[in-house]
Order: sequence, then C-alpha cells, then structure tokens
Amino acid sequence: MLSSLRLLALVLVPALTAAAAFRAPRSAIRSSWLLGTGGLHLALLASLWLRPAGPVLGGWLAVDGLGLIVLTVASVLFLVVAHYAVGYLVGRTAREGRVFSAGMLVFLAAASLVSLSHHLALLWVGMEATTLSMAPLIYDRHDRRSLEAVWKYLVLSSVGIAFALLAVFLLATAQPSLPGTRPLVLEDLAAGAAALDHRWLRAAFVFALVGFGTKMGLAPLHTWKPDTYGEAPSLVGGLMAGGVTTCAFLGLARFTQVLLAAGLGGFARPLLLAFGLFSLAVAAAFIIGQADVKRLLAYSSVEHMGLLALGLGLGGLGAYGSVLHALNNALVKGLLFLVIGNLVLAAGSSAAVDVRGMLRVRPVSATLAVVGLFAVTGSPPFGLFLSEFAILSGAFRQHHPVVAVVALLLLAVIFVGLARMILEMVLGEPLPAEPSGPGPERSWMILGPLVLAALVLMLGSYLPGALQEQLAGAASALGGAAP
Amino acid sequence: MHALTELLLLLVILLDFAVLGTSRLSACIRAVAAQGLLLGLLSLTSGGEWSLHAVSLALGTIAVKAVLLPWFLRWAIREASVRREVEPLVGYMASFLLGAAALAVAFAVAARLPSTGGSGLLVPVALATLMIGLIVLITRTKALSQVLGYLMLENGIYLFGLTQTRRVPFLVEAGVLLDVFVGVFVMGIVVFHINREFDSISALKLTELREE
Repeated sequence: MLSSLRLLALVLVPALTAAAAFRAPRSAIRSSWLLGTGGLHLALLASLWLRPAGPVLGGWLAVDGLGLIVLTVASVLFLVVAHYAVGYLVGRTAREGRVFSAGMLVFLAAASLVSLSHHLALLWVGMEATTLSMAPLIYDRHDRRSLEAVWKYLVLSSVGIAFALLAVFLLATAQPSLPGTRPLVLEDLAAGAAALDHRWLRAAFVFALVGFGTKMGLAPLHTWKPDTYGEAPSLVGGLMAGGVTTCAFLGLARFTQVLLAAGLGGFARPLLLAFGLFSLAVAAAFIIGQADVKRLLAYSSVEHMGLLALGLGLGGLGAYGSVLHALNNALVKGLLFLVIGNLVLAAGSSAAVDVRGMLRVRPVSATLAVVGLFAVTGSPPFGLFLSEFAILSGAFRQHHPVVAVVALLLLAVIFVGLARMILEMVLGEPLPAEPSGPGPERSWMILGPLVLAALVLMLGSYLPGALQEQLAGAASALGGAAP
Repeated sequence: MHALTELLLLLVILLDFAVLGTSRLSACIRAVAAQGLLLGLLSLTSGGEWSLHAVSLALGTIAVKAVLLPWFLRWAIREASVRREVEPLVGYMASFLLGAAALAVAFAVAARLPSTGGSGLLVPVALATLMIGLIVLITRTKALSQVLGYLMLENGIYLFGLTQTRRVPFLVEAGVLLDVFVGVFVMGIVVFHINREFDSISALKLTELREE
C-alpha cells in the first residue's frame, strides 16, 4: 500500500509546490521549488521503474507501459526545462517569476495525472489542466503578438478539449452498466469490450480524434500551433512540443486501445492513417520556404505528431514504433527548442534572415542545433532513426506500401527544408557584429540540451532491458508487438 | 418529475435562441447564466431520487455557471467598458436561421441514436446547445461573446453528461467543473488584456500572425 502512495505523490507534490512557488517572495526560493520538485519527481519515477506500484483509488490511478513512458517524458523534460528556466528567469520581475514557476509546476502535476489515469474522465481533467497551465507561459512577453497567440491557443484548444470531454461521455454511454464493472476505467472497458455498444463507441472515437488531435496539433487541427510556438518563449515551446502533445497522444492512444479491444480497429485505423499522412503533407508544405525558425519547429512538431498517428493507425510494428517515437520526439523537441532559443536570444529575432553564422557567437548551442537537426530528421545514429524505421517498416508489413512510400517522400522534403534553414543559421555568413554583442554562452543554456542530446543518442544504439519490456507491453496494448 | 425535466429542457433551447438574437452583451451573459441555473436544476430532476451526489453537483453547477462566471464576465465588460453591440459577422436573422437548422439536425441525429434512458429530449437539446454554442463562437467577433459561445458549448456537453451522472463519480465531475471555471477565468483575463492593448475586444483585430 505504502509503495502505491508514490502514484499519489507524483501528482500531489508538484501541485502543492506550485502553490508554494506562487507564494514564494524570492527568486532563489522559487528556483529551489522548481529544481527540488523536478528532482523528487524524477526520483519517484525511477523508483517506479525499479519497483512497480499497484493501483490506487480503486484502480483510477495505475501504472502501465504506455503511461510510464509518457510519465518519463514529462519528468525528464520538466527537470531539463526547469534547470534552463532558472537561468532564463534571472533579472525578471518577481511577479513574472511567480507566474512562470507556478505554471510549470501545475503542468508537471497535470501531466503526471494524465500519465497515471486509468479512469478516462480523470485523464480528461488532467489534459485540460495541462492546456490551461501553458496559457500564462505563452503570454510571458505581454505584447500584442503574444496576446493574439494566447487567445488563438485558448479558444482552439478549449473547443478541442471540450470535444474530448464529449468523447468521454459518449464512451460512458457505450459501456453497459453491469454490476461489478467500474465505469470508464480502462481495464474494465477492455475486459468488457465485447459488450460495448458499437454505435456510441464509433462516435466516441471520432470526437476523441478531433479533441486530442487538436491538442496534438494533427493537421488540419494544427492552426494554433505555429502562432503559439512562434510567440511563446522557446523553453515553453519545448515543454509544449515535447510534453503537452505527448500527453494528448496518450489520450488518443487510450481511446484507440478501447476500440481495438472492441474489435473496431477497422474503423479507427483508416482515420488515424488519414490524419497522419495529411499532417506529414501539411508539415512538408509549410516547412519548405518557412521564414521563421520557431514556426519551422512548430511544423516539425506537426510532422512528428503525424508520424505518431500513422504508427497508431498501422498497428503491428508501427504501434511499437509509435510509442518509442513518442519518447524520442519529446527528447529531441526539448533539445531543439532550447538550443534554437539560445540562437534566437543571441540574434534578437527568430526571422531566419536575422540569425546567421551562429557557430562563432554560440558555438556549443550551434553545434547542438546541428545534432538536433540530424536527430529530428531521423538520421542514424539517433533514436528517431530506429522509431521512424519501425513505423515505416510496420507500414510495409501491414500491407500499406503506398503509405510507406508517400511518408518517405514527405520526410525527404522535410529534411531538405529543415536542413537548409538550420545549417544556414549555424554556418552561413555572419551578419556584421554589433559592438555590444550578446555576451558569452552560459552553462544554464547548454547543460540541459547536452543531457537531452546524450539521451537521444543513447536511444539510437541501446535500449535498456526495462525500457524494452515496457515498450513491448505498451505495443501489445495497442495491437502491436516488439520486433 | 418527467414533465418538469421536459419544461426545463425547452427553456434551455429558448435561451439558446435568446443569445442568438440579442445584441446586448449583458443580456447575453444573463441568458447564459440562466442556462447555468437550469442545468443545475436539471441534474436534480433528470436523475431520479435526490442523492447527496446529485444535490452537491447541482449546487456546484449553479455556483459556477450561474453565479461566479457571469459575475466575473460582467466585471470584465464593466472594466473594459463595452456594452453596446455584439457585432456579429452574420446578421441576427441569418444566425437565427442557422440556429433553427442546428436544432433540426440535432433532432434528426438524436432520433437515429440508440436510447440512453431518461428523457428523450435530453440528447437533442444537448446537441442543439452544443452546435448553437459553436455558431456563436464562430459568428461573433467580440472576444467576450466568443467566451459565451464556448460556455454554451460546454453546457451542451454537460447536458449530454447528465445521461451518465450515475456513472461518473463526483470527484471527476468536480474536476470538470473546476477546469471549466479556470478556463473561462483565464479567457476572461486575456479578454481584459486584449481590450487594454487594442482598445477594443474585437477578435477581428487579432490578425498579426499569419503565414506570408
């Protein structure tokens, strides 16, 4: 019992320290709340990997492979971004620091709730909370452009997430009330899948796809994404592109899990494939000729969400690749947003024409940006090569060769677009230097990205045994299998 | 009890159309607040006997949707000193017709869905409120009326949820209410900032961000 309380602590500790950080008067205290909570969260998570915990709250909170991987993403990314944020927030007003730290900690609590919820309505509550926790962070600059971005983000995500709530209610309607079954609990939904009403179930999946798809940023529901990532501070972009979208992917994967258990894979899979391919196409179209590097990263996020949907839709090896890709994508998005953020801060603009020859001004960040470029485009020896390879060979094995070929072509186009802009930023002819210059590169700017780069590199050649086991469990829940 | 439920549901529909046809923001806020009150009462009448669960849900709904949020939104328009038009992109007559079409679609769809038990009006009224909320959200230009549209959409989903109140535990319902409350609260604060920055809360002026 005591060991299961760790699940509650993973959610409650960040929620409580968010309140403490909001009330903390001095920035040193806020920083220690951020880093201390991040460290404790990571330690609790590590203990879950070593010694699994049983379910609590009558099975509402429980650990399974898929949830554990998403929780790991949230925890690692939070600690890296928190470390970066401590340096980033130096010299800001106390009010800004309080809102920023509290928002980040609320995000961690909400993301933990999403990862651990096996009650789908509770998962929704966490998902909505991650959405809201990001709003004050996006509006950090307090100017007209960020105001417009936060308004679009709030309206579109709120409507999307409202549809996801409707999906949860539709799913509850599909489940017959029998004595002994717990409503909306994943295990009971899967066990009693044969008795679920197919008409309500189909409606539930369509609304879940639209709702969680909006939060993931699957095209054509992605329109908030370039504006939001373009205007939000880069570290917030990293937290959203790596953390919030992965939570939304988990929501969609949970609904897919129920549909597959009920034998409705034939209904769900074509929809997921269509959204996945369309997202890749939209990303390719807008990455070519993009003029702003933060918007470029936003479209790269649309691309990777498309790959995740594609893997889910393929099943088999594709489902395995999709779960592994969720992990890889989150790490590399954190890396890219932070180092590109460093370059943008040094150049004072995110327009591609203003960021040039950064290798001289920000040597480490610029090198890491090139590492991130090759990692995010799925080149060996990085983790994304393995996961994208699994998704594409899954397409061949599941007899979707056309899907695989179209996806490969679009990935090639995206590679060219990304490489052209990022290499130009790093290696291009530098603009005439201003006398003051941006100052030296500091350790807080590069320590976190270095850790993320090392992890992505490690996942390209070595998957720890425990991770392989959880990946296989997650893949089999999604109708797939490890290679 | 059954007749009372149907009466309350008819009032919900009338309030949907009241929002579509009203030009004054404060009147729209009053209509949405009244809808919140009806939702609270409906969670008492539609569920059978009065359990502690049903009563606390009704009180929570009324407190959030009929008292706190309308009060907060009225504060926002007073501070932003906007009272006149709601400035629709689509005329009142046209949006009325759109609403009528939505109502017809809602009844047609609900007739094809399997029964959920309880009042037969609940599902069509829920769908109609949801769609009319979306219509308000899309056709109105003032940021604050878009918030009202979002609230109506949430009300529609809440009505649909009433078919399942027995099954969804109170803790989760409280979480849903809290999320809606915080969501509208954050939107209200952004509306306030939009007004200060742009001297108007028209979302049409939010056009700086786009692909070139």
